[in-house]
Amino acid sequence: MAISNIQLGLLDLSLMRLALAFVGLLAIAFPALAEPQTMVIGYLGEQRKLPLPLGPLDEAVTDDGLQGARLGIADDAGTGRFLGQQFRLQERVLRPGEAPAEAVNAFAAAGISFVVADLDAAQLLQASAAPGAEQMTLFNSRDPDDGLRQEDCRRNVLHTIPSRAMLADALAQYLVWKGWQHWFLLTGPHPGDLAMAAAFRRAATRFGAQITIDKPWTFRPANGRVDTGHVTLQTEIPAATQVGDYDVLVVADEADEFGAYLEGRTALPRTVAGTQGLVATGWTAVDEEWGATQLQDRFHKQAGRWMLPSDYAAWLAVRSIGEAATRLHSLDPTAIAKYLRSDDFLLAGFKGQGLSFRPWDGQMRQPILIAGPRLLVSSSPQPGFLHQRTPLDTLGVDLEESTCKL
Amino acid sequence: MQTLIALGLALVLVPPAAAETIYVSNEQDNTVAVVDGATMTLQAAIDVGRRPRGMALSVDKKVLFVAEGDDNRIDVVDLAKRQVVGQLPSGADPEFFVVHPDGKRLFVANENDNQVSVVDIAGAKIIGTVDVGVEPEGMAVSGDGRTVACTSETTSMIHLIDAATLELIDNLLVDTRPRAAAFSVDGKQLWVSSEIRGSVTVFDTATRAQTGKTEFEVPGIRREGVQAVGIEMSRDGATAYVALGPANRIAEVDTKTFTVRRLYLVGQRPWHVALSDDQKQLISANGNSGDISFIDLENQEVVKSLPGGRGPWGVVIGP
Repeated sequence: MAISNIQLGLLDLSLMRLALAFVGLLAIAFPALAEPQTMVIGYLGEQRKLPLPLGPLDEAVTDDGLQGARLGIADDAGTGRFLGQQFRLQERVLRPGEAPAEAVNAFAAAGISFVVADLDAAQLLQASAAPGAEQMTLFNSRDPDDGLRQEDCRRNVLHTIPSRAMLADALAQYLVWKGWQHWFLLTGPHPGDLAMAAAFRRAATRFGAQITIDKPWTFRPANGRVDTGHVTLQTEIPAATQVGDYDVLVVADEADEFGAYLEGRTALPRTVAGTQGLVATGWTAVDEEWGATQLQDRFHKQAGRWMLPSDYAAWLAVRSIGEAATRLHSLDPTAIAKYLRSDDFLLAGFKGQGLSFRPWDGQMRQPILIAGPRLLVSSSPQPGFLHQRTPLDTLGVDLEESTCKL
Repeated sequence: MQTLIALGLALVLVPPAAAETIYVSNEQDNTVAVVDGATMTLQAAIDVGRRPRGMALSVDKKVLFVAEGDDNRIDVVDLAKRQVVGQLPSGADPEFFVVHPDGKRLFVANENDNQVSVVDIAGAKIIGTVDVGVEPEGMAVSGDGRTVACTSETTSMIHLIDAATLELIDNLLVDTRPRAAAFSVDGKQLWVSSEIRGSVTVFDTATRAQTGKTEFEVPGIRREGVQAVGIEMSRDGATAYVALGPANRIAEVDTKTFTVRRLYLVGQRPWHVALSDDQKQLISANGNSGDISFIDLENQEVVKSLPGGRGPWGVVIGP
């Protein structure tokens, strides 16, 4: 009996081989039949001036964002290969000063409906206004500008990078949860620094913290890397932070010019948080929770460096398209664009819960990580901050306060 | 009244039918906790490799295999000696695995390598690999040993592998971020949990069509907070128990109607659950609160919470 079973098995196998060979022949004869469908996703980046490295361990990165989009394509292909769906990235990086409209129109002409827009706010708005963008969905994976989610929101733009309001709210919740309610806000001179400071002020009001000292950083960017640079810093920083008492120094220095010099040098022994020190961010290399180890590992294997917040936001954008295609069993761009904005859409983003887009401004709702230099410290929303719909909507501009008209 | 008290005392003093031992892997302190099932007390902590998660007994129940994710191997724990007596290769980052009913092979999910490794236990070597989707995690094997099932978290699929030829038989789309898989005792159903959707999907193993689905809801908890992870099937085939992760509940599911009969409130973030041999007790390993919950299924109540170690994850019942 056992023997005949085996023989049967062999017979099955040879029949199967014949069948497979036949299918193979068919595929050769009618390639269109066997051809899987392909979704081409656009990536539009821009060349940026590299910031001066602050310390000797800082490495210059020229492909942040792009590498995240590439990994998203590889992950989309994981499911796609079982469903007959292929994904490809069409990459275009703008030269300094080059307007984005032409590139967007070229994407449209090539039949591309989804574009990872790794652009600064002004460029993003131009891109979204290009004729070719009319039927597209652009994913803002770069700019945290709150205006893009408010008065400058656009019907054809979704945001996967967290807004400044979300980052500030996330940090504020953690600081308030700690009982560190009296803040010393120290703000750099650049537009981004000022916008971040405004977000911190709004967050303080929302969550019951007080900014007891609010000062601009007026010193020249100190170059700590000159020989004996620490001597200058050791005298400058205590002077700049010689203020009344506070619980935590909240720094708004997006340009990364002075914030990193504060820790360990302030006049009073206080924690530094904000854009340096204890940071609120959409992604950090120090996170290994919620299965993030796997994402970090395969990103590092692909890019040869750690995953940055802009990489993660670009990855989220590409994965969102893939997830929609998986759930719909379809690469139809109209259906995908609609599904992305629906209540049913939920993306697994290695943050412990499903991520979705807010219908009122197109922002992806997501937990925000609170990170130290070597380890994850927390993740917001914090316990106890409640919301009638979802605690994730305690971060950023909520439906009732939104000025966005889509 | 006195009779009642006497009866009550008698009930308390009657020991459970069979003495058994509960093993819980602690992924954060690299131990396996040994718990006496009758007294519900901690007996020992066995030092194992780094980040122990998936565990399974050998067919003769003399040995416990423990997957060590950060050491890329499987430790072999002698249950009589309560110590690691050997190591098996596993491929990269083993999270979960199953012992094939032939007693000779392990099927291991390699979370970082998008494959399943087949390990020959006696020879301590990898004898085959199967390419699956991104981040394979949950593993199950059918009672007849023919089919091995593997979930892939990022691909959102359950992959069915022919255990003899190591060919992929089928790949079924499931809800987002599938974690665990389990065959029903009669082999007719395959259950798959989804972490992000907080659901289980049930397939008919013969037709591979979806035949049932349960979307879990917990009063007072938003849908993002209800996530389905570990699954344990009762031996009589009537019930499935599903750990609901951050919702801190274990759901008892009717396997015919796919409805939730009741929810048990346990410790924080239960990962996996296991039934005692007499099917009267359910044990959950609660990752965030670092404890083990004991549920008395006859009286339908959680009777004890035992501190078990840091990061309890897997739970296995042994002799």
